Amino acid sequence: MEIVALQVLNSLFYAAVLFLIAAGLSLIFGVMGIVNMAHGSFYALGAYVTAWSVVAAAAAVPTPVLFLFLPLGAAVVALVGLVIEPTLIRPFYRRPEEYQLLVTFGLLLVLEDVIRAVWGGTPLTAGQLVDSLGLVRIGGLPYPVYNLLMIGVGAAAALGLWAFVYRTRFGVLLRATAQDRRMAAALGIDVGRIYILAFGLGCFMAGLGGAIVVPSQAAVLGMGVEVLVLAFVVVVIGGLGSLEGALVGALIVSALRTITIQFWEEIELAALYLIAAIVLLIRPTGLFGRKS
Amino acid sequence: MPILTSTYQTQLLTYGLTLAIAALGFNLLLGYTGLLSFGHSAFLGAGAYAVAFMMRYLGVSSMELFLLGGIAFSAVIAALFGVVCVRHTRIFFAILTLALSQVLWTLAYKFFWITGGTDGIRVPFANVTLLGGLVSFPGADAFAGFVTSYYYYVLVVFAACALLMWVIVHSPFGKTLQAIRDNETRARFLGVRIWRYRWLAFLVSGIFTGLAGTLWVPLNGLVTPDVLYWPQSGKIVFFAVLGGFRNFFGPIIGAVTFNYLEVYAVALTEYWQLTLGVILIVLVTFLPAGIVGTTVRLAARLKRSRGASA
Repeated sequence: MEIVALQVLNSLFYAAVLFLIAAGLSLIFGVMGIVNMAHGSFYALGAYVTAWSVVAAAAAVPTPVLFLFLPLGAAVVALVGLVIEPTLIRPFYRRPEEYQLLVTFGLLLVLEDVIRAVWGGTPLTAGQLVDSLGLVRIGGLPYPVYNLLMIGVGAAAALGLWAFVYRTRFGVLLRATAQDRRMAAALGIDVGRIYILAFGLGCFMAGLGGAIVVPSQAAVLGMGVEVLVLAFVVVVIGGLGSLEGALVGALIVSALRTITIQFWEEIELAALYLIAAIVLLIRPTGLFGRKS
Repeated sequence: MPILTSTYQTQLLTYGLTLAIAALGFNLLLGYTGLLSFGHSAFLGAGAYAVAFMMRYLGVSSMELFLLGGIAFSAVIAALFGVVCVRHTRIFFAILTLALSQVLWTLAYKFFWITGGTDGIRVPFANVTLLGGLVSFPGADAFAGFVTSYYYYVLVVFAACALLMWVIVHSPFGKTLQAIRDNETRARFLGVRIWRYRWLAFLVSGIFTGLAGTLWVPLNGLVTPDVLYWPQSGKIVFFAVLGGFRNFFGPIIGAVTFNYLEVYAVALTEYWQLTLGVILIVLVTFLPAGIVGTTVRLAARLKRSRGASA
């Protein structure tokens, strides 16, 4: 019985990570209509930057401060995104979708190899962050406090994002641009600035997802595409362009994944996509999706 | 060809021809139906593993049977994947194709007792017979003979595939696909069953690429999950973009060119994916018509300027 509780917590932890990635993907799509094929690579970049900086600073900096490297890693990724959007993505808005997909796919290839060039093939870990928080007993079984903390971070991020999009002035601008770009521009909104900030925010979230997960799991090559495939299931199930969809989708996918890994590990991904296929047959735009 | 060059060059060209078949199949979807698939490695893998399974579990050695098996297996996969992917907008289509090919990859990887896992399954050419058993390659020094014979075999299959694809693309079916690509709404108003045509295009595309995978394996001697991994899909996309996907011959040129590029450039840099990505970005930004497309345009411009001045 206790095992179930632990698995639920594991599932929530992974759901937090998936939510961050999927919400970033959905945000970018909702506002700009672009699916960033390199989104998973931003996640990987966040993981690598965080792990590397934690290890590099571990000797000089006390462990509680090391936690600051998590949002720092995310911020680095956001900066990369802020540079990439005007240079690589913006020229393609008016071109057919195929070209947008091709250019972000090219970006994916580049980022994957850049990561390999900079950090090499050995996995990077930042396990000391998990160790420093210790364990807590849940029903007699030990469980890392880190995971609980990150579930909290995920929930806070969900709430924060919701508040940001639905309760701030910038959020209104964001939603206006997402709904009707031309009208927003006609009303005097600087669409270019919104785009670049939305892209940066999306990348920040992907990077944060990577930063959160890396103390718990090593940063390895290929993690970007692996998570992209999972993030796709989340947005397919939840609906591309929807924040609630990203949250619900992340919870569902994470729960399904935890269950399948427990009982029949090999078909994990196949089972997830089977469910996605079924959802698509019933509701082609996903549970909360809208045609964009 | 083999008369003129070494065994190695013949082998290289044979690889190029198999990739050209894959590119032909891929471009039916991209160039003619307007659907960009990032998951064509699924069909390469289906064709390849079909050969391996048939050899290992059924003891088959006839190349003709391998071809049939490869076609059948990739047709099944394409039919299934098509049902899921084809009812969606272009973005979802691209996402789903990538994801489904990755699902196959994880299956090949994890069910290692069937697929040999990362070690893969060996497909020695000595066990392969061509032309219904007439030509076989026993003996230790048979490799050169195999490469020569196999080259001609693949050449014939390639010519047949190119001819078939030409016919398909210029047939009413092909024209309908192009109509759907150019203006989906209008096609629907003309009574075209969009879903069905796209699914059929997906099926045919998958079969051609699966055939390419089947031809590729005996030359490679080994099939591993790598053939299903996403960079393989990326390469196929690259062939079409490099050559020019708005043109029938573009993907063929792109595939063969890339094949040579890869062999010679891999020697220069270990960051092959980076190079590929940068070239892809450059191509899409500055040369979207690819090699063939741009050449055609330049030739047309030259002809016009010469005609105007004359």
